[in-house]
Amino acid sequence: MSDKGVKFVIGIYDDEDILLDAISSVRGKGVNIHEVYSPFPVHGIEDRLGYKRSRLSIAAFCFGFLGTCLALTMMIGMMTIDWPMIIGGKDFLPLPVFIPVTFEMTVLLAAFGMVGTFLVVSDLKPWGKPKTFDLRSTDDKHVMAIEIEKNSMSEIQLKKLLESNGASETNTKLMEE
Amino acid sequence: MHVESKLRKPLITGGKTLKDVSEDICKRVEEKPSLSWYAAMILSNITLVVGAYAVYRTLWDGIGMWGLNKTVMWAWDITNFVWWVGIGHAGTLISAILLLFRQRWRMAINRSAEAMTIFAVICAAMFPLLHMGRLWIGLIWVLPLPNTYGSLWVNFASPLLWDVFAITTYFSVSLVFWYIGLIPDFATIRDRAKKAGRKISAFIYGGLSFGWDGAAKTWSRYETVSLVLAGLATPLVLSVHTIVSMDFATSVIPGWHTTIFPPYFVAGAIFSGFAMVLTLLIITRKVYNLEDYITIKHLELMNIVIIVTGSIVGIAYLTELFMAWYSGVEYEQYAFYNRVTGPYWWAYWSMMTCNVISPQLFWFKKIRTNIVATFIISIIVNIGMWFERFVIIVTSLHRDFLPSSWAMFYPTIYDLGMYIFTFGLFFTAFLAFSKYFPVINMAEVKSILKHTGEKIKK
Repeated sequence: MSDKGVKFVIGIYDDEDILLDAISSVRGKGVNIHEVYSPFPVHGIEDRLGYKRSRLSIAAFCFGFLGTCLALTMMIGMMTIDWPMIIGGKDFLPLPVFIPVTFEMTVLLAAFGMVGTFLVVSDLKPWGKPKTFDLRSTDDKHVMAIEIEKNSMSEIQLKKLLESNGASETNTKLMEE
Repeated sequence: MHVESKLRKPLITGGKTLKDVSEDICKRVEEKPSLSWYAAMILSNITLVVGAYAVYRTLWDGIGMWGLNKTVMWAWDITNFVWWVGIGHAGTLISAILLLFRQRWRMAINRSAEAMTIFAVICAAMFPLLHMGRLWIGLIWVLPLPNTYGSLWVNFASPLLWDVFAITTYFSVSLVFWYIGLIPDFATIRDRAKKAGRKISAFIYGGLSFGWDGAAKTWSRYETVSLVLAGLATPLVLSVHTIVSMDFATSVIPGWHTTIFPPYFVAGAIFSGFAMVLTLLIITRKVYNLEDYITIKHLELMNIVIIVTGSIVGIAYLTELFMAWYSGVEYEQYAFYNRVTGPYWWAYWSMMTCNVISPQLFWFKKIRTNIVATFIISIIVNIGMWFERFVIIVTSLHRDFLPSSWAMFYPTIYDLGMYIFTFGLFFTAFLAFSKYFPVINMAEVKSILKHTGEKIKK
């Protein structure tokens, strides 16, 4: 164990179906997987890794609702309370004519709010440093990273386990904290 | 595991592997552009500069430079505006609606279609902004700020203001949707640059990729974001052209005052958008050798969308004529009689030929799987859709209620120049995009490679 960083065992997988089976069997052995890195979204990987469903859709709903409220408050404030005017013979609170702008503001805030939340919770920012275990993980390989210290198995045992589960290659990688 | 029938044709041909996908797409970004790219870029820049003179004269001397008159107070500018916005409908339709319908063929074409959407909306926005005469004031007038020009606030009962909200929302949500999809692909380019030791490229694409590393947790969130954005963008796409149609439909001008306008405009927008996507993609796949990703099957499916939407548009034209007669309103009847047989008859019949007859040729499999025929028809459809807007706008206005106010509209060279300017802008932007950005969504294509690629089908 080095003072400078954390030591990981990484397993490289070529195929997503082999990877999915490997995740189940590695976790079945009681090994704690740090994270899996893939070049594309692998369906069903969340369940195998035991991740809960993302709550970003709830964030989208909340921001959308905020947009609805803001739009209606703005329009009622301007056209009904501050300066009431008769336009096209409608009354001072012409709700049907408020529908388009309310809809657009709802969508706008829902989309921006959700994407903003996504960027913040996933720590994505222009000056963000990617956690690259292997440069091929954005190209054609899936990378499973296991932190050695958090597991009872030794480095060699972990490598053997990954290899027996279809890893095409295993390595040890020291990551900065 | 996703299992797909072997009877379905593969979406990716050429026996590609994951590595090949990265290689084929990133190569365009990493290599020096070809001579044909430079030639196209120079031509687009010349077009932009020539057109910019018309913009300059419009700003300096005012919109009196245009061919508008008291009777026809909306013509060329709004025709171009609606035309460009319509084109801008295909991108988000492909990425959002086809995502909800789980249409995997969208994956090879969504990136460039979305880019096209964004550039088309920018071109569209030029027209109403410049029609306001003083661009700098116009930008403030549309905002809901208190003002001293008359009514104290902007008028929320006006469809023109709804348009401002619809188009800005559509533009910004499309931009975000597009960018979120680009992040993983920028990370691929960044890592390839790191491997090859290209420091500047690694730095720039590192910034653009937002520190993406492809962690399963992030991918899981990313998928949720894509799905919810698609759900939000779907009604948004439909709302934009609905609201554009209300610019006309809520008025009392015969020929405009019809309830069929929203669905008719939306179908027309998708129709013209797909035609422009086809025009651009047929060139892009050829120039960048992407025939294995954008296959004949992709073109055929887009052509089928063209038949469906083209037929809806054709039925709408006939319904309009029928309703004008059936309404018993003489002004309405005259507006359509004048449209078909009046001084602008040639525009009406160009529209009918291009939009109603030409897409019906796609019923023949030989035609809809033929690249040259598809390319020609896609351009014909674009011309037809331009005429559609011109016909709706100019023929409804030029013969006013009082014959003493009747007038004709003739575009000036500044009208033409404005249109040319937007073409220059559009193609300059699209060429820059096709050089510096991955033109195909690599991550999505990789995700379907195993199950819909050629190898699995054998």
